[in-house]
Amino acid sequence: MSRQTLDVRGQLCPIPVIRCQGRIGTLAPGETLEVLCTDPGTLHDIPAWCRIHGHKVIETSEDDGEIRIVVEVCG
Amino acid sequence: MLATRVIQGQGIHVEGINFFTGFCVEGHTHAIRRQDQKKQKRNNALWVAEQLGVKLHIIDVIEEYKDVVINPKHGYGSNLNPCLDCKGFMVKKAHEWAMEHGFDFIITGEVIGQRPMSQRRDTMPVIARESGAHDRLLRPLSAKLLPPTLPEREGWVDRETLFDFNGRGRRPQIALAEEFGLHDYAQPAGGCCFLTDAQYSAKLADLWQARGSRKYEFDDIMLLKVGRHLRPREDYKVIIAREDGENRFLEGYRKQFTHLFATSHPGPFALIDGVTGPEDLRVAARLVARFGKGRGSDSVTVEVHEPGGISQTMEVVPLSDQDIPQAWYI
Repeated sequence: MSRQTLDVRGQLCPIPVIRCQGRIGTLAPGETLEVLCTDPGTLHDIPAWCRIHGHKVIETSEDDGEIRIVVEVCG
Repeated sequence: MLATRVIQGQGIHVEGINFFTGFCVEGHTHAIRRQDQKKQKRNNALWVAEQLGVKLHIIDVIEEYKDVVINPKHGYGSNLNPCLDCKGFMVKKAHEWAMEHGFDFIITGEVIGQRPMSQRRDTMPVIARESGAHDRLLRPLSAKLLPPTLPEREGWVDRETLFDFNGRGRRPQIALAEEFGLHDYAQPAGGCCFLTDAQYSAKLADLWQARGSRKYEFDDIMLLKVGRHLRPREDYKVIIAREDGENRFLEGYRKQFTHLFATSHPGPFALIDGVTGPEDLRVAARLVARFGKGRGSDSVTVEVHEPGGISQTMEVVPLSDQDIPQAWYI
């Protein structure tokens, strides 16, 4: 299964969530999306969006202000 | 939340829509300012959706929304808030989305008389008509005071279980929230849109006046949320960060704008929006020096960088409070 990357560094919420929502809409179940961001709000918002849409956050990390969230698209 | 719970209570599948106009007062504003960093950065719409167990679709309407702000058919409220046009626009977009995605009708949490522009008895039918939603727009909390809508007439929704809330008081809503076990909810109305803010509206009006045209780009309206804005001359303004969070935010614009900061003393990062000559740059540098730690010094070193790669270093005397006319502050 392929992994795509979405770079929304420098963008403030809710833009990263909107872009994530749009990209996930193009992916098939089982594919993963790596989201790169800088707004700390994404640590709450992207997992919240994933929970309500039934997708799974499989990795979250933060390093020197850069946030990486990996989402697995679920059916 | 209440309207959704009422409709969910009838076994109807509900999904939420949240529109991002660029003027929303949301988590991103907290992300900019350091003093707000301890606040929980939750997105209220997502949080509400999760509490209600509904899917939420966040829709970017930044471009389309410009026409609502620039040319409101029904005019503005006390600031540059086009509430009635805004509501009509959002209901229209929600109705279009609902029809495209196979939904039968839309609901809102509107209450007759709750808000001075968009939730009056005489304006609620205007929204239903102008949005194109007509009788597919159901307001469960005031439904009994309004003509039956399509979902009520068709029996999809039992009108008898809907409400007749009316007026500015929120006691019945709070009681209903208790009944539903909803104890945590966003503070009622207002404060969710920068256009209702007098200071923000003044900055937007200033932007339009300075440019000679009522237009804006997304970056313009984001920058209006940040920093001190001072306009020493009609052709340009200086946006000066107030603290570290704003410094970082403004630094993100350094490739697009002339920017300046003191190097001899700690101080703010600033952008220049507009056209400047050499003397203007000196005034801007003196302003930046004024708002930094070197404000009491005889001389402050300020670096000025222009987008084309031209840079210069200036030694300036900070402006004093008396040197800054009140009229410069936007």
